[in-house]
Amino acid sequence: MSSAIKQARRSNGGARPQAKLRRHEWLAVLRAAARSRRGMIGLGIAGFVVGVAVIGPFVAPYPATEFVTSAFAPPSKDAWLGGDILGRDVLSRTLEGGWLLLIISAAATALGVAFGALAGITAAYYKGWRDGLIMRVVDIILAFPAIVFALLLVSVAGPKLWLVVVAVAATHAPQVARVMRAAALDICEKDFVKASEIIRMPPRKIIRRDILPNLVTPLMVETGLRMTWSIVIIAGLSFIGFGLQPPAPNWGLMLNENRIGLVSNPWSVVVPALLIALLTVGLNTFTDAVARVSIGVERPVGEEPFLEERLIGRTLDSADV
Amino acid sequence: MSTTGDVRLPRAARTKAASSHPILSLVGRRLALGVLTLFLVSVVIFFATQVLPGNAAYAVLGQHATPERVAELEKQLHLDEPVYVQYWDWISGLFQGNLGNSFSNGDPVSELVGPRIANSAVLVLLAGAIGTFIGVGLGMLAARRRDGILDNILSVIALAVTALPEFVVAIGLVMLFASLALHILPGTSFIPPGVSPWANPSLLVLPVATLVIVIVPYIFRMMRGAMIEALESDYVEMAKLKGVSRRRVMLVHALPNSIAPTIQVIGLNLLYLAGGIVVVEYVFAYPGLGAGLVDAVSSRDIPTIQFITLVLAAFYVFMNILTDVVALLASPRRRLPRA
Repeated sequence: MSSAIKQARRSNGGARPQAKLRRHEWLAVLRAAARSRRGMIGLGIAGFVVGVAVIGPFVAPYPATEFVTSAFAPPSKDAWLGGDILGRDVLSRTLEGGWLLLIISAAATALGVAFGALAGITAAYYKGWRDGLIMRVVDIILAFPAIVFALLLVSVAGPKLWLVVVAVAATHAPQVARVMRAAALDICEKDFVKASEIIRMPPRKIIRRDILPNLVTPLMVETGLRMTWSIVIIAGLSFIGFGLQPPAPNWGLMLNENRIGLVSNPWSVVVPALLIALLTVGLNTFTDAVARVSIGVERPVGEEPFLEERLIGRTLDSADV
Repeated sequence: MSTTGDVRLPRAARTKAASSHPILSLVGRRLALGVLTLFLVSVVIFFATQVLPGNAAYAVLGQHATPERVAELEKQLHLDEPVYVQYWDWISGLFQGNLGNSFSNGDPVSELVGPRIANSAVLVLLAGAIGTFIGVGLGMLAARRRDGILDNILSVIALAVTALPEFVVAIGLVMLFASLALHILPGTSFIPPGVSPWANPSLLVLPVATLVIVIVPYIFRMMRGAMIEALESDYVEMAKLKGVSRRRVMLVHALPNSIAPTIQVIGLNLLYLAGGIVVVEYVFAYPGLGAGLVDAVSSRDIPTIQFITLVLAAFYVFMNILTDVVALLASPRRRLPRA
């Protein structure tokens, strides 16, 4: 049995069977996570980077594509972080280069999580052919490493923004579907679902009123992981030249553009690299805190790697075929 | 794919399945499913790259090609034939070793991709082996004193490194060892065609190190968890009580029991490497499948894209099966059919 199921059992266990009482539990979980030490650190780090990305464009000293200094010029009074490969201001490009990355990542995450959750819950509730079909599609997409699948889609129509969003969302959806299916299978057996079925509540309403509210916490953890992963993939795609397109700046692209000038002006590489690293590490740490709070800090040792399994996208339940 | 599979089988099939070895029938079932998945994967690859309207021809000629040129090329590439004929030509060609010619230079895809498969295999196997060794070792070290200083430090580092993108790790390593701080290792790992990657092992160090750093945290955390569980068990208590040395308890009693769940994670990490090589090979200009895919996508070299994605997907699918089977063999409890 996967740890996700066990986890779902614990957090949605029989002690609190009524869906209505749990409506705002996710807020409580978030609040508790933000107050834990781990959560505070994670939120602080990620918040700092988000702040840079959001406020940055308003305070950037130069337009991001203006040639301000010479190529890979070291830091000076005019350009605090020196110049990039074309002599543009590294500071301005850094300040400008975050918001689009964040928006695209958030869009891909939202799309992927929404589709994945829908597919997973549908498979768990209806079972039968729908389950078989959905899980088959999941298997097919999971047979591609995420970045390879994204490249395959992007290779067709070229790197367009919407396509990057769809491609990354498509790599998330199957993973989310697996986790949500596992969690929902458990909820579907609960008495309050059976009760709703007996009074002939339509299936859609059962899913919306009885099942979904009980899955909000695992969904939250999953969203955090997917957001981290979105940033990794989209920045990575930009790094290899198939994500957000130049000349507009973004941190992934800057790393690649400027790495040949690493020795002349290290800041042009170090600063964007650091921002990406802080963002993903901060987000992941906060997500870890949320997961810990939502299943209780004292989780059994065997379940420690719950997050890691998800991050690389396979559950451990495949051995009980 | 849970336990319901066995229950629903008709009686004849059930007795047959019961008579053969449970592991063999399981492997058979997984293999059949794997082949089916791979077939569907090939259809997806084919549709994504070739069938969507106008793709292949426009890909070669560019978006502004004249309709006449496009029609001409479509004829040349057999794009005017029905879809299933095209698919059949492609897939039967694959089985005969005829992978088509690269769009970018006209060489056969097999010549282009073959050496790259070998180069990537070296990376993946080296990183997998070293990463497993380090991850299992560190996991055992941390588990020895749960919540001790070493355990805490290692766990925090693992949590942080888990979320680092490969290209950030790679560039960090280049800064440390190949440009800013030290100059002891080459910052790019280009290997000329026809030369074995073993010819100059120093070229392998940074790409392998990057992949190792990316996978170790996962293996570490799984191993640590499994080891702690094993160390708290009754049989370890028993062994301690009868005076078995600490080292022997760790290596002979606890390790074999905690390795089974870890095998799954090791397998998952090898799978992960199939995607990880894309960015890492690109960073270091290492001539493997990943860098080849990036090249092919930027030059819209469709036959090469098709083949490389198919190879990576096949690796993924069969590695998955192998992992499940090995994990099954390593944990006797799971071998028995469930009640």
